[in-house]
Amino acid sequence: MARVEVDVTIKPEILDPQGKAILGALGRTGHAGVIGVRQGKHFDLEVDDTVTDDELETIASTLLANSVIESWVIRRVASASTAQ
Amino acid sequence: MTASIGGARIGVITFPGTLDDVDAARAVKYAGAQAVPLWHADDDLKGVDAVIVPGGFSYGDYLRAGAISAHATVMRSVIDAARGGLPVLGICNGFQILAEAHLLPGVVMRNSGLRFLCRDQWLRVENTDTVWTSRYEPGAEILIPMKNAKGRYVADPGVIAELEAEGRVLMRYIGDGPAQGNPNGSLNDIAGICSADGRIAALMPHPEHAIDALTGPTDDGLGMFLSLVDSLLKV
Repeated sequence: MARVEVDVTIKPEILDPQGKAILGALGRTGHAGVIGVRQGKHFDLEVDDTVTDDELETIASTLLANSVIESWVIRRVASASTAQ
Repeated sequence: MTASIGGARIGVITFPGTLDDVDAARAVKYAGAQAVPLWHADDDLKGVDAVIVPGGFSYGDYLRAGAISAHATVMRSVIDAARGGLPVLGICNGFQILAEAHLLPGVVMRNSGLRFLCRDQWLRVENTDTVWTSRYEPGAEILIPMKNAKGRYVADPGVIAELEAEGRVLMRYIGDGPAQGNPNGSLNDIAGICSADGRIAALMPHPEHAIDALTGPTDDGLGMFLSLVDSLLKV
């Protein structure tokens, strides 16, 4: 067993209107020092020992992210045997 | 492909969260064909002559609009059949599903203005040589409803150039803002695209809601369904 984190972010060249709306709200709430926001997605996966790094890459590239518009980073953060 | 005696049979898929399957089936009937209900969890296409992937919010737009539906059981059959030449039309959420299924290039994303937009939209039919648009005059301008929050078409610059060069921009937003024109930031004002052979097509606005002046702004959308029936009945 292991825990895997996958972060999906919109590629820099793709317009992110949600990020722009958040940036606008930060400006209105006194955080004028924030000059850019990009909104992404975070996934926590619990996987058993049969799931290889290649399989994780397939999962991220075919379902969790759309490679046309998004990039992703996969991290194995802990295994159950070492987490305690 | 020639439809059997008794007229063309056109499949209309229903996913959990599909909304416009009833209107799509109604448009098929208006065009003189038989609408065949197809179910997302069933791999059987029931021998249909074409498939319509209708609009709605399949799987609640979870993950990305169309992303979960693109992996539904029925879509595996649709993808195989489409690659073999079966005509397929995606409308609204159907466009998002066909893009996520890689039957058409690019992605449909959240509108640049973040708003859900519901209005009658002017479009120009840019390619009238496809099975879905042959009834229109070249450059025809049509008015049909549009209703979505995620209608912004995005693709790599190379893909956009290829679509333009090959006449694969099927429909384009026209008119002047704010009431018309490009509503959502779609690249090159693209409202709909098609495959190189024109048999796989998709658009964000809704032709199936504009088939009768009694219930829609025009009957401008009916031509898409009549075009398909023409192509299926042609010997």
